[in-house]
Amino acid sequence: MNYSVVVDVTLREGIADPEGATIERALPALGFSGVSDVKAGKMFRLTIEAESEGEAREKAGALAERLLSNPVIEDAHVRVAEVAR
Amino acid sequence: MKRVGVVVFPGSNCEHDAVAALSSVGAAAELVWHTVKSLAGFDAIVLPGGFAHGDYLRPGALARFSPVMEAVSRFANEGGPVLGICNGFQVLAEAGLLPGALQKNVGLTFLCQPTTLIVTSTNSALTSGATIGQELVIPINHFSGAYTCDDATFERINERGQVVLRYRDNPNGSRGDIAGLANERGNVVGLMPHPERAMSTLTGSADGRVLLESFVMASVLA
Repeated sequence: MNYSVVVDVTLREGIADPEGATIERALPALGFSGVSDVKAGKMFRLTIEAESEGEAREKAGALAERLLSNPVIEDAHVRVAEVAR
Repeated sequence: MKRVGVVVFPGSNCEHDAVAALSSVGAAAELVWHTVKSLAGFDAIVLPGGFAHGDYLRPGALARFSPVMEAVSRFANEGGPVLGICNGFQVLAEAGLLPGALQKNVGLTFLCQPTTLIVTSTNSALTSGATIGQELVIPINHFSGAYTCDDATFERINERGQVVLRYRDNPNGSRGDIAGLANERGNVVGLMPHPERAMSTLTGSADGRVLLESFVMASVLA
């Protein structure tokens, strides 16, 4: 079975996010008001072959922690959906 | 004569400067390709600056899985002197050989300028020949040089004297003005500034010499 997996990688709470801060500062100049807490991150899309959704999730979690994110500064969040074929 | 290996990843670009600088302080320096699996015969190892594996994903994130890194880990754990300069520091942090991580500079600007560093510990392979409080002018050349770590790690590295160099005027938002950091034993050291580019007053500063001289003199820890 193939599973479509999305991994969101975001900076951990308390870690400085200069990219998010810069975007937030730029918004008022473009006429957008009332926007706060802008956080920048990365998104990865993968297709994972696995027996079950749980197995796909486990595999994605392991590779997200080992490679896609640096656990010292980042959190990884895994979303899994079955691919219809 | 000490034999120093300078590791070359695809995308490294400071390896020849490192070899020239190490040679000028009396080492027999040679390049080591990143697929090598043994570092037998070397007295010290340098991970030079550049953009290993294109810095894709995060600086150092892919380089830490290069075959040579297992040998570098073993060498470090056996007490061998290991130095990471700029990108090399990022690789050592990603590999877990040094605590914490290097983040994008505050201000999101690539910085290429001389910086003044203050020696804050001499308990490391890189700073053993310097004096505490000594000021060194050494250039930086990076986009991701802001050191960061959690509070417990920050307290620990400060208490144990692992912070070996601090910026006098913090250019990049680095936590605690940290420019250079050692592991607990002091044999593994990383720094964002480029001592190999500060080897002669002809090119602005010779303040890198004291650091690389210390490193070349450093012996394998018991």
